[in-house]
Amino acid sequence: MGTAAPRKEAAAKVSGTAQYVDDLCLPGMLHGVTVRSSEPRALIRNIRFGDGIPWHEFTIVRASDIPGRNVVTLICDDQPFLAPMQINHAEEPVLLLAHKNKDLVRRARNHVFLECEPLPPVFDMDEALSARTVIWGNDNVFRRFCIEKGDVDAVWADADLVVEGEYSTEAQEQLYIEPQGMLATWDAETGITVRGSMQCPFYVQKALMPLFNLPPEKVRIIQQETGGAFGGKEEYPSMIAGHAALLAWKSGRPVKMIYDREEDMAATTKRHPSRTRHRTAVSRDGQLLGMDIEFAIDGGAYATLSGTVLSRGTIHAAGPYRCDNIRVRSAAVATNVPPHGAFRGFGAPQSLFALERHMNKVAQAVGLSPEEFRSRNLLRQGHATATGQVIKEPIDLAGLQQRALDLANYSDKLQRFQELNRESAIKRGIGFATFLHGAGFTGSGERNLHSVVHVEARPDGTVCVLSSMTEMGQGTNTILAQVAAEALGAAYDDVEVLRPDTTRVPNSGPTVASRTAMIIAKLVQSASLSLKQRLFDAGSLTDGYSPRQFKDACREYIARFGELKTSAQHQEPPGVYWDDEKYKGEAYGAFSWAVHVAEVSVDTVTGEIQVDDFVALQEVGRVLNPVLAKGQIEGGVAQAIGYALYEKVVWVDGSMANNQMTNYIMPTAVDLPTIRVFFEEIPYEHGAMGAKGLGELPMDGAAPAILNAVENATGLSFCHIPLLPEDVLKKLSLARESTMHLAGSAA
Amino acid sequence: MGECAVRFTVNGEPRTVVTHPMKRLLDVLREDLNLTGTKEGCGEGECGACAVILNNELVNSCLVPALEASDATICTVEGLATDGELHRLQREFIKAGAAQCGICTPGMLMAGVHLLSRCPNPTLDEIREGLSGNLCRCTGYMRIFEAVQNAAWQSE
Repeated sequence: MGTAAPRKEAAAKVSGTAQYVDDLCLPGMLHGVTVRSSEPRALIRNIRFGDGIPWHEFTIVRASDIPGRNVVTLICDDQPFLAPMQINHAEEPVLLLAHKNKDLVRRARNHVFLECEPLPPVFDMDEALSARTVIWGNDNVFRRFCIEKGDVDAVWADADLVVEGEYSTEAQEQLYIEPQGMLATWDAETGITVRGSMQCPFYVQKALMPLFNLPPEKVRIIQQETGGAFGGKEEYPSMIAGHAALLAWKSGRPVKMIYDREEDMAATTKRHPSRTRHRTAVSRDGQLLGMDIEFAIDGGAYATLSGTVLSRGTIHAAGPYRCDNIRVRSAAVATNVPPHGAFRGFGAPQSLFALERHMNKVAQAVGLSPEEFRSRNLLRQGHATATGQVIKEPIDLAGLQQRALDLANYSDKLQRFQELNRESAIKRGIGFATFLHGAGFTGSGERNLHSVVHVEARPDGTVCVLSSMTEMGQGTNTILAQVAAEALGAAYDDVEVLRPDTTRVPNSGPTVASRTAMIIAKLVQSASLSLKQRLFDAGSLTDGYSPRQFKDACREYIARFGELKTSAQHQEPPGVYWDDEKYKGEAYGAFSWAVHVAEVSVDTVTGEIQVDDFVALQEVGRVLNPVLAKGQIEGGVAQAIGYALYEKVVWVDGSMANNQMTNYIMPTAVDLPTIRVFFEEIPYEHGAMGAKGLGELPMDGAAPAILNAVENATGLSFCHIPLLPEDVLKKLSLARESTMHLAGSAA
Repeated sequence: MGECAVRFTVNGEPRTVVTHPMKRLLDVLREDLNLTGTKEGCGEGECGACAVILNNELVNSCLVPALEASDATICTVEGLATDGELHRLQREFIKAGAAQCGICTPGMLMAGVHLLSRCPNPTLDEIREGLSGNLCRCTGYMRIFEAVQNAAWQSE
């Protein structure tokens, strides 16, 4: 453990033999496409099929053909697989087509005409909150939360200073390089089988059972190699799997449905846009007295996961700070755009962006440096978070922060840049963010999942780990095999992690929320220890055995007893308390902690911002595999730099207008700085071999760190991301005008 | 327009396909020759997942019509290993953790191999430049740079 075991499926990936869904081809297979609405809100009056297409050769599925419930089962039953009459967002699926000719079916899609009666759409969160036009429920609000700690209303009168700020973030596209896709087959005896690119096979199964009125054993879901996901393949795959399965059911043929990039970007989920308002009371010596926070996210047209995203964003909104009086009020709002959904960080990058910009503003108001102000207020062991979760581990956040600043040469650079900037049109600056990320499902989530894993020895003595955790690049196969091998005393190469197939693996919950290493790998560890114990009990194994002897023991045991299989089911650690009504208690099994430091140069002629150096220091419990862990942090930071400086979704009438890689810009190999990654490790007693979650953490810090650095470089305070060159130029010219104006009036 | 016969050499083997002359080389490789290691990420020449080496040039096969590949020598990811032994860059990708989800990996390898053939001992800036036509959403590129650097040192 803690060693760089090579990625399990690396050889297949580098030799081009790994099988992604689009690499599959079945005899007689048809290609499926989705006909979508171009209207953001409307009533469908008629569907007309244009001339020049041999429609009799096509399989066509309409909402009225659906054999079961026309609802994508997830949390709230509001989203149809195919809109029956009412359109609630542009790109909403209305009709499905399949044909054996891929080019023809794509062309045919443009010859289906939806004749609609437009209704007034709502695109703006404030407009939605006003409820002048009601587009969802009674008030356009999917979910609200309120966290109350102490008495925030009592602090304002006596506070030395009150600092307010408003911060906002825009949508971000996950932009996994493999577009979404599914391949479905139908058989009257065995039911539906769907193979595809996905994070959560059991979510797909849960959504397809009511669609076809079939029991779980007749809805088989198999994950293929998955070319990136980042949350984008958490909930939307249920929709595509349903569509491909409907076409397969109606045609009786296998149907492959692969989105092209334009469709994937326009129609599938993105990160929720957000707005956060802070009002903070602070004493003259820089002690946080009260934090009043309002957090709102735009959920799009259907509820999907917005309530859950809101929950995480709300809990993270007060960050790693000790404050006795906190109120966080939040809302997830409906608008007529395609539903926003899961994306690495899941609400936390939004509220932490606001917080870590705002903490710099408060520091400035009290006349302290950002690091000194934070140090005076950071949580320590024994302190309680906004929800009242007491920090049990011996985390020294002020020390972590100092170490990160030292690694980045922070003080020297502050001074040096100040001198350099006097002479140069390129302004250099340095900034940082100090933050946390809760691992695993929020609150009672893990308790309610009852996750199960199996570990099974095979007749040849090798071992197989069975869980529903998917490999999507983050390293599931490798770390689960490492944990099993270490717990069993087996050779790493003798452990295989089965790719999820709902007929073969137990339900261990979804592969989300940084839960694989901390929660599921812990179950793998427990099941492995039980398996080893069974060998000891049978006398097949004695102390001091070698991996070779372990393998022989498995072989011998199976020859004697027929089967060697153990399971483990998640139990909440003792003393964990969570109140879902009041939002109080232990929000997460554990938090990971980080300090990220960004160095930037801002070209005051072109407005361009370049990140020149990046230090990412984090405490994530025990690091299971240093190469994979480093890769997770580097990749997360890269996405977060894109979020801060490059990636802008342009909306026109509720549709993404720049749904191409040509004009939605993510960082390339020449855009990123060297990302320097450092770990501190405090083993977490309830995590696998001491591990905590780390996959989402690196998405949270870069955006505020970079904007803090831009402020340090230019003196300009930006409160919105993405921060593009045109935004910088605009503010620079405003600043120049007001300086000239001041100079003029002084004269 | 009817179909035509296009002849070329792929991974050392002479091949002939009868195809529409404007069919994308990407689809010819994947559908007609079952070489599915070459991937489609965007279909517009931005992401480089479909990169192959054609007559010693790195090209995005989604932008190359089949006819343009007439008589060409093409190398895809399936052609990197020799006699079952991985190319040194493939081995370094495994060691450095340069492949995460793996979907950009075939194109990234082709770009890396092409770079090393032109520039056996590239600087970090040359590596960045050489891979700048290939997008990776998982790694932040750092592990990939390391793999290319390590493979370069072995070639000396």
